[in-house]
Parts: sequence; C-alpha cells; structure tokens
Amino acid sequence: MSPTVRRTLKALLALVLAGGLAAATHAATYKFADQGDATSMDPHSLNESLQLSLLGNIYEPLVGRGKKLELVPLLATSWKQTEPTVWRFNLRRNVKFHDGTPFTVDDVIFSYERSKVDGSDMKTKIATVKEMRKIDDYTVDFVTNDPFPILPDTLNTWFIMSKAWCEKNNATAPVDVRKGKENAATLRANGTGPFMLKSREPGVRTVFVQNPAYWEKVESNVTEAIFTPIKNDATRVAALISGDIDMMEPVPLQDIEKLKAAPALNVLQGPELRTIFLGMDQSRDELLFSNVKGKNPFKDRRVRQAFYQAIDIEAIKSRIMRGAATPTNLMIAPGIRGFDPALNKRLPHDTAAAKKLMVDAGYPDGFEVGMNCPNDRYVNDAAICQAIAAMLAQIGVKVNLMAETKVTYFPKILSRNTSFYMLGWTPDSYDAQNAIFALLMTPAANGQGLFNLGSYSNKRVDELGKAIASELDQTKRNAMIAELFKIHGDEFGTLPLHQQALAWAAKKSIQLVQLADNTNQLKWTIVK
Amino acid sequence: MTMTAAATGRVSRFARWRDSDLAYNFRRSPVTVVSAAVLAICLAGAIFAPWVAPHNPFDLATLNLLDALSPPQWMAGARPGYLLGTDDQGRDVLSAIMFGARISLLVGLASVIFAMVLGVSLGLIAGYVGGKLDAFIMRIADVQLSFPAILIALLIDGVARAVLPRETHGGPLALFVLIFAIGISNWVQYARTVRGSTLVEKNKEYIQAARVIGIRPLGIMRHHLLPNVLGPVLVLATINIATAIITEATLSFLGVGVPPTQPSLGTLIRIGNDFLFSGEWWITIFPGAALVIMVLAINLLGDWLRDALNPRLQ
Repeated sequence: MSPTVRRTLKALLALVLAGGLAAATHAATYKFADQGDATSMDPHSLNESLQLSLLGNIYEPLVGRGKKLELVPLLATSWKQTEPTVWRFNLRRNVKFHDGTPFTVDDVIFSYERSKVDGSDMKTKIATVKEMRKIDDYTVDFVTNDPFPILPDTLNTWFIMSKAWCEKNNATAPVDVRKGKENAATLRANGTGPFMLKSREPGVRTVFVQNPAYWEKVESNVTEAIFTPIKNDATRVAALISGDIDMMEPVPLQDIEKLKAAPALNVLQGPELRTIFLGMDQSRDELLFSNVKGKNPFKDRRVRQAFYQAIDIEAIKSRIMRGAATPTNLMIAPGIRGFDPALNKRLPHDTAAAKKLMVDAGYPDGFEVGMNCPNDRYVNDAAICQAIAAMLAQIGVKVNLMAETKVTYFPKILSRNTSFYMLGWTPDSYDAQNAIFALLMTPAANGQGLFNLGSYSNKRVDELGKAIASELDQTKRNAMIAELFKIHGDEFGTLPLHQQALAWAAKKSIQLVQLADNTNQLKWTIVK
Repeated sequence: MTMTAAATGRVSRFARWRDSDLAYNFRRSPVTVVSAAVLAICLAGAIFAPWVAPHNPFDLATLNLLDALSPPQWMAGARPGYLLGTDDQGRDVLSAIMFGARISLLVGLASVIFAMVLGVSLGLIAGYVGGKLDAFIMRIADVQLSFPAILIALLIDGVARAVLPRETHGGPLALFVLIFAIGISNWVQYARTVRGSTLVEKNKEYIQAARVIGIRPLGIMRHHLLPNVLGPVLVLATINIATAIITEATLSFLGVGVPPTQPSLGTLIRIGNDFLFSGEWWITIFPGAALVIMVLAINLLGDWLRDALNPRLQ
C-alpha cells in the first residue's frame, strides 16, 4: 500500500468517524424507567395512566393535549358542534398507520365500536356517544344522548386503532385484562403516533423507535426509547445515578433531596391531578373478605365515617409522603374544573369519635376486613395502606392487607373482587364530570360507574351527574357539582386521602415536559 | 462432691459434661466461649421477644406513625423509647429485630431438622440396602448437587406460589413452604455423609452380630447404625443452621420468603434497603448486623465442634 493511498484511507476513516459522531449528537437513545409496567399494549384494555401514557406515544387520539394542557388537533384537524347533540370532527388527511394503511373515518368508527364491547375499559370515555355517523372519508359526526359540551376535552386518551390491522390480526375486540386473556394487540401495536413499538417483553423492557413517516416533524431527537420497569425504589434510584437509565419516575420521596443535590441530575416536581382514595363495598349483603357474616358493615354510614376519622392524614403526609401530598376531602384536585375549595375541609382525625361511631354501629370490638392495595402504582401506596391498617387497628378493625403488583391488583379489583381497596383517579378531561361519571355514579351497563368499585349508589347523585354532563351554564353546573360532592361527602361514599406530588428525575442532559396528568410524551423529549 | 458422687456411683450429668474432653476444650477456647455467649443472648432475645422486647411491632394498634423514621437514641432528633430507631411505619427497630430473629431461627432450625431427618434416613437406607436403591437415591443427590441450594429453594417456593391459592400466601402455610424449600435443598449433604459412614460401619462385627441374632434391617439401622453415624451429622447440622438462616434471609430479601406480616431479618433488611440512599441507614444496618453476628456465632461454634470431635486433631 503506497503512502498516498494510506493517507487517503486515513482521511476517509477520519471523515467517517467524524460523521458518525456528528450524527450521534442528533439521534439519541433514551432509556426511561417506571416502578411498574403497562399490563397490555392494547389501548382499549385498561384505563390506567401509565399504560395510556406509554401507549400515547404509539397511538393517537382525535384531540390531544399540548404542553400547557390546551386542546391540540391530532387525528382531527378541527371540530365544532353542529347541533346541541352533534359534534363534527374533520379528520387529518395523509396519515398512515405504522403498517402503511391509510387512516380514515372507518378507523374512528371501528375504534368506537371496539371501545363499546365487553372487555373494553374505555366504555366511560365514549359512554355519552349514542352513535357515530360517517359523513365522508374524513368527516365524522359524534351523536350524543344529551348535549355534551365538553366532548372534545374527554377524548385525549381515547386512541384510534386501525380497522384493517385489527381484523387481520383477530383483535377486533379488546381482551379483558381482568380475565388474564391475551390477543395480538396485547403484545403488538399499530398506531399512527410519533413512535412505533419495536419490541415488547412484559415486565422486562419495551422498545420504541421513532416513526419516520409521522405526519408532522417530531420535536424529539430520540430515535429509540427503551422503557424498563424497575419496581424496587433503591434499584431504580441506583440505575439513574449510575447512568444506566436517563429518566425515572416516581422518585422515592425519601430520595428527592439526595437526587436534587446530585450535580448531573434534575428532579422535576409538580402537583398531580390524581386523587388517592379508599373505596368500600357498599352493595353486597355480605362482604367477600370479612368475619362479619350476614351483613355488610360498610352499608352503615357510621362505620364509613369511623374509618374516615380514624385515618390520620397529616401523619401520612408528614411521615410517609414526606410533605409531598395535599390532603383532600374532595374526589377531585385543585385544577380540575368544578373544584370547590369551600368543600375541601376534612373532618378532624379523631380516634375517640371513630371508636364511638363503631360502638353506635354495633361493632364495639371492631371486625376483620380484607384490604387490597397496589404496591407499585401510586407513590408509597403499600406504605400508606400499612399505615392505615395500623390506624384502623386502633378502633378495633383488623385489616388483612393484600399488597401486590398492579398487574394482579387491577384485574382483581376491577372485577369487584374486593371489600376495601385503594384507587387513584385523574380526570383526564380536567373536568369533575369525568370523576363523577366513573367513580361516584351507580354502575350501569353504559360504562357509568365503571370504576365505582364499591358500588356506592345514591339517586340524587345519579340525577345530578347526568345533569352536569349536559349543563352549559357554568354557574349552575358548579352549583350542581358542589351539591353532588356535598352529598357524597356527607355519606362518606369513598374515603378521599390526598393528591400526591409528581416527582420525576432525569439526567441534566434530558429535556422533558411534565404534565399534571403524569403523562410523559416521548415526542417532547430531547436528549442534548 | 465428686468423691461422693463417684462413691455412690451416680455422677450427675452436668458433672460428667463438665469433666469431659469436650467441656475442657470449650473452656480452653475464648473465641468459642464468646460465640456461645453471643448466641445465647441472641437465642434468649429471640425466644423471649414477646416478653422482653420494648414494643410489639406486629401489634398494629400500638404503632404511632408520628414516631416513624426516628434515628437511634444517640443521634439528634431521636424520639424517646426507641433504642435503635424506628422504620417508616413507626416500628421499633430493636423489637423488630428480636421478633425477626425468632422467625429466622425458627425457619433455620426447622429446615435443618427437616433436611437432617430426610437426609439421614435416605443415607442410611442407601448405605445399608445398597444396590439399585443406593444408586437411585445417590444419583438424585448428584443431580441435585449440581444446582446451587438457593436456586432449588427459589424453584420450590415459586412453584408453591403458583400452585397454592393466593389467599394462603400470607398465612402460616407460607412458612411451611419455606421450611420445606430450604430443607429439600440441603438434605444431600446429610445423605452423603451418613451413607459413607454406613458403608464403613455395616461390615463391622457388631452389625453382623446383630444381623445374625435376627434383628430386622430397620431395627439395625435405628438402634445400631444411627448412633454410630450421627457424630459428623451433628457437626454438619450446626454449620448448616447458619447456611439455612442465610438462605432464608436471601429468599426473604428477594421477597419470596416469609409473608410480610411476619418479617424475618431478611425482610427487615429488604424494607430498610429502600431507605439506604436517603440516610435512614439504621432500618437496614441493624437487622443486617444482627444477622451477621448470629450467623458468625453459629459458624464459630460449628467450627469448634468439628475440631473438638475430630479425633485426628487431638
């Protein structure tokens, strides 16, 4: 080899290397972790924030939310109310699913039908819609039972699937996660979103790659994103500190200060719209998990009040949540339309009063009850349940606590196989109506009360809930919401605990957008 | 006293033990005396925990969440009454260790007894009967030896979890499964030791004599062979208690051991592990130290026993 040739080769090699390095600063791999995993890749199978947050990268709704939670057009370009009960959506043209099939109105109607069937957990999202009318290939009318002025607000986690793909893969109905079933959509995904599912190993890792054919230029420079569930708090923190991952949430509350002090890391904190509460089975004549036979102690308002007053929420806030929680008396957070600070006053923690209520209700020695609790879903969920078990022990109630991973927890409580449970709820329409409809109204076939897992039922609450959905006058509407929460609060239909604070941690080189509904969108993630 | 006892021909058991080689050996080794004392304290603390522990960490009604995360007494900000501090739920760490050691020792002892009974019986049968049965039992043992004990324990525990209904997981059944799992993973050593000794002993004259006078094989094994092969087994068992306790702690640390309502030392270490980064070190360090001290004491005692019973070293 002559020196000239060698020199030329060297120069070429240097050029290639430089080119490679330059490219590396643009295209980036991003690794993120959460304490739990999605239960399925099917966007209609479970209405749960982490799952919807992950799938929101692959699938898209008609109307989404922007960085300031404003409504933004995604698969729909515009929408308007043509009649009081009709919303017309104009769909985006030239959008393709990841497998190349074009997106049309048929996919929207298909997704609507798919969300209605048994096994779907999205019934609440489209419950107000009576039918969908195809106007042309890119126009669809949503016809509602009653006027529903906030319909576009409620669609941001209702994702559109491809009709052709679902039919080809035998996944035209979502399978019920509650029954542990699987189909093609459980492990694979075909959306229109900015990211595509490259591989999925449940509980191990989920890999996303950027969609080169996305209909808009994606802000993010992430070409590949790897999601890993890391359940153990200390392991998750260690993974971030050691640089194995770029971002993780939630930050264990005890580690926030330490991570804030780390020079290479950032902690993003903010209030979350999620309300954590406890629910009690109030419909069965005998509890499934209790030593009280022949009657259901939770049907007695005094027992529910005793539970409420036995819980020392301030101690939970200061010791378990280390200050990062806002105790609440309402089932919605400040920041949700319909929130009324005047109603957000908790009854005092009073063990003596609670004991007396138990005596009055006929349980001077308390009773035993099974409690279901996740241990990887909400911030310090199992620790909160343990603390509550200890507090209830002081009024004689022996709690048999079952704390388990959400993968087994949700199927169990969603099939109402529980007597006493913990749940958290974020109204993703940012409106009280969503929480009222899903959590407080009597369960019905149309998806009403789908997450009212204790089957709390009050006629007036149902009437008000129905009226609130279609009321246009804000003052009247707020008055109705207030009345409803007053009734529910007086009856202790659920035991609200607090709103937790969001805490994410990431390397300083990662730019993230943290929304109050705790969705983490890859399309806004930039690796510097 | 000795004189009178000797004169009457009745030497008290204690006196006999006191004058034995073993006791002499024991007194001569300060390390052994100290480990025995430490172990005695650990045992007493564990056995009498319900009466001597300052709190009952499992009586939920006595917990006060406001006392949670209190550091040990000698540090600033400690709440009174908790010598070694409290965990995130306000449980006294010292009491939790005492109650946890109870579970750890119980599981350790029970699983060793289980492994010993199983291993000794199979070893005796294999050694005495010989032939195909011997080959069969010892090949199973060989196969099992090729797996690490912890893996087998994990396997059994995992299968039990899948097979048993979920509702039983938190109950006492979980403890039995654990004892069974650890026991099964340790029987091989006993079987091998006993088989070896049996092969040597069974050709000796006293066994042949017993056979000649018509004692059934089972009787020979129980009354003649067993007492003569038990020496090494006891040494093995002592050391194995320490291993079994560690195995239990490992399983509990991995979250597959004892139910969380009855935390053992391993469970306590796991719970505390979450708080290690944030500076609340006492939740995990103290149970860890307790485990180390207990296991070390048992190991030192076991070592001493092995040396003391080994005629070649005397």
